[in-house]
Amino acid sequence: MSWILALPILTPFIGAGACLFLRNRKGVGWISVLTALASLGLAVRLLATVIDHGVIAGQVSGWPAPFGITLVADYLSAAMVLITAIIGLATALWAMAEIGPTSARLGWFTLFQTLLGGVTGAFLTGDLFNLYVWFEVLLISSFGLLAIGGSRSATDGAVKYVTLNLIATALFLCAAGLTYGATGTLNMADLHGKVAAHPDQGLMTVIAILFMLAFGMKAAVFPLFFWLPASYHTPHYAVSALFAGLLTKVGVYALIRVFTLIFTGDQGWTHEILLWCACLTMVTGVLGAAAQSDFRKILSFHIVSQIGYMVLGLALMTPLALVGAVFYLLHHIIVKANLFLVAGVSRRLTGGSDLAQIGGLYRAAPFLAVLFLIPAFSLAGFPPLSGFWAKYLLVRAALEEGAWLVAGIALMVGLLTIYSMTKIWAGAFWKPHPGGYEPVLAQLSPRARVLMLTPMAVLAAMTVLIGVMPEPFVTFATTAAQQLLEPDAYIRIVLGARP
Amino acid sequence: MRSPILATGARLLLPLFLGFALYILLRGHNAPGGGFIAGLIAALGFAIVIFADGPEAARRMLRIDPRSLGGIGLVCALIAGGGAALSGGAPFQGIWLDLPVLPLSTVLLFDIGVFLAVIGGVLALIFALEDSGKAGG
Repeated sequence: MSWILALPILTPFIGAGACLFLRNRKGVGWISVLTALASLGLAVRLLATVIDHGVIAGQVSGWPAPFGITLVADYLSAAMVLITAIIGLATALWAMAEIGPTSARLGWFTLFQTLLGGVTGAFLTGDLFNLYVWFEVLLISSFGLLAIGGSRSATDGAVKYVTLNLIATALFLCAAGLTYGATGTLNMADLHGKVAAHPDQGLMTVIAILFMLAFGMKAAVFPLFFWLPASYHTPHYAVSALFAGLLTKVGVYALIRVFTLIFTGDQGWTHEILLWCACLTMVTGVLGAAAQSDFRKILSFHIVSQIGYMVLGLALMTPLALVGAVFYLLHHIIVKANLFLVAGVSRRLTGGSDLAQIGGLYRAAPFLAVLFLIPAFSLAGFPPLSGFWAKYLLVRAALEEGAWLVAGIALMVGLLTIYSMTKIWAGAFWKPHPGGYEPVLAQLSPRARVLMLTPMAVLAAMTVLIGVMPEPFVTFATTAAQQLLEPDAYIRIVLGARP
Repeated sequence: MRSPILATGARLLLPLFLGFALYILLRGHNAPGGGFIAGLIAALGFAIVIFADGPEAARRMLRIDPRSLGGIGLVCALIAGGGAALSGGAPFQGIWLDLPVLPLSTVLLFDIGVFLAVIGGVLALIFALEDSGKAGG
């Protein structure tokens, strides 16, 4: 089993090495696409194995759990790995049309693959310290990707990003150290029992809050989100899309994992905090977006707002709420990455991203307008798109718990999301270009058109597909939520895993 | 500003840093230490040369593009990790050569790979920052 789990992590690093040696060659982008394709194949194989066998686990280096590093995949992990591979392939193709030889020489494609490897590793590890290592891999490669943009504002964004994230990882390290000191283990499955049986439950709650701070900062939860809007609008658009889709979700995933598997002892305290953070995250994110007038900045604030919904699902901690959180996570990654890709094409056609200075996109490219409307309406939660079902599940879960206020907030935030999306629609698509010239699709070379629009169309088609046939996806999310709420199988398989 | 004291000091310090890095790298086999921290120490030695004599002098001393160095390190680490497949072991399982005195293994190769990758990565970052600092004035 261990190779099935290890190969999706190793492959991006092999690709990263190949991209590094070929960084001066023209075909380096294709190496990255091929790697992404291989990763996708391996992710599909992993998911198929998990669906066949249930939870699977393996031991790196053959050291038995809880001493070695465990790799483990349940439904949630395997689905996250698959969605990472899908977004990886889409952005790898899209990036071929955006990343020039200068950025390629600086190692853009290497960092890109390293980031994908890091994300995959974070989803598959069963060990808290190993998770910390993957967070560091993510931090280093994302810092490089942000800085390669080259402009002064890009460096400024990168420095803010790295400083605030270093604080988060330092907190994470402290929390991991305390956990190890108190329980003598860092294996997540082992921690489940050790934390529950620890005599000093107050200490466990303190450690839990430290983890909440560290992962919350990574996930961009209120009040720790301010690094995100400060940095996501500066780098290459392919980087923005990748970050928007995946990076914050690693934080959300870590929150879900840690607060369903390890720290469930004092839910009245920890999950109550999560609940109010989730509500405030939704509201501040969407209000922040309403105040912005830049395409990418609006989208950046909406990432924050949407993170709130996922954390809400975790905070309610009922089976239905977790189904909603898992479904939301999967749907959101596709939608958000796609919106940033639309922003990238819009920038190429209109020459800017400030909504006051651009326009005329509807006339120039009606197809692009459709590609924008699908993820935008899905984000706002219009039926029959994927976002509708995601919001429906969460709101219903909130109502079942009698959390009327929370459900109301979730619905209101959806409404305000439409306001921002309408603003982008009116600014970038509907009104004529204020510069007095008409953007046309022919500004993109035919090669760029194929490379950029194909992945966007596929992602949009997936959004529609999830929306039209939600049943298999909800069934899947239900099993994933069940595994999260009843981790007995997870623990048994991890602790009994043979190398 | 070029300081002769710093420049002379850097030239004396570099071999010290590299020697200590090697010691930490090999010590990491059975005790605290290892490739990552050793790579940082070695990169620090070159960083002092960069500050004292400028990036050009450091590049000449390094002889190889730090990005290629990092790539070689990555390949070493991946070979060590994937090599376990040949013997039917788990990923990154060590393969040991049974020599009487010297216990050689893929574990050491992995550590050396990490060592080189860290030196390459850190130095590539510092060189890039030096270059962009010059370009930006």
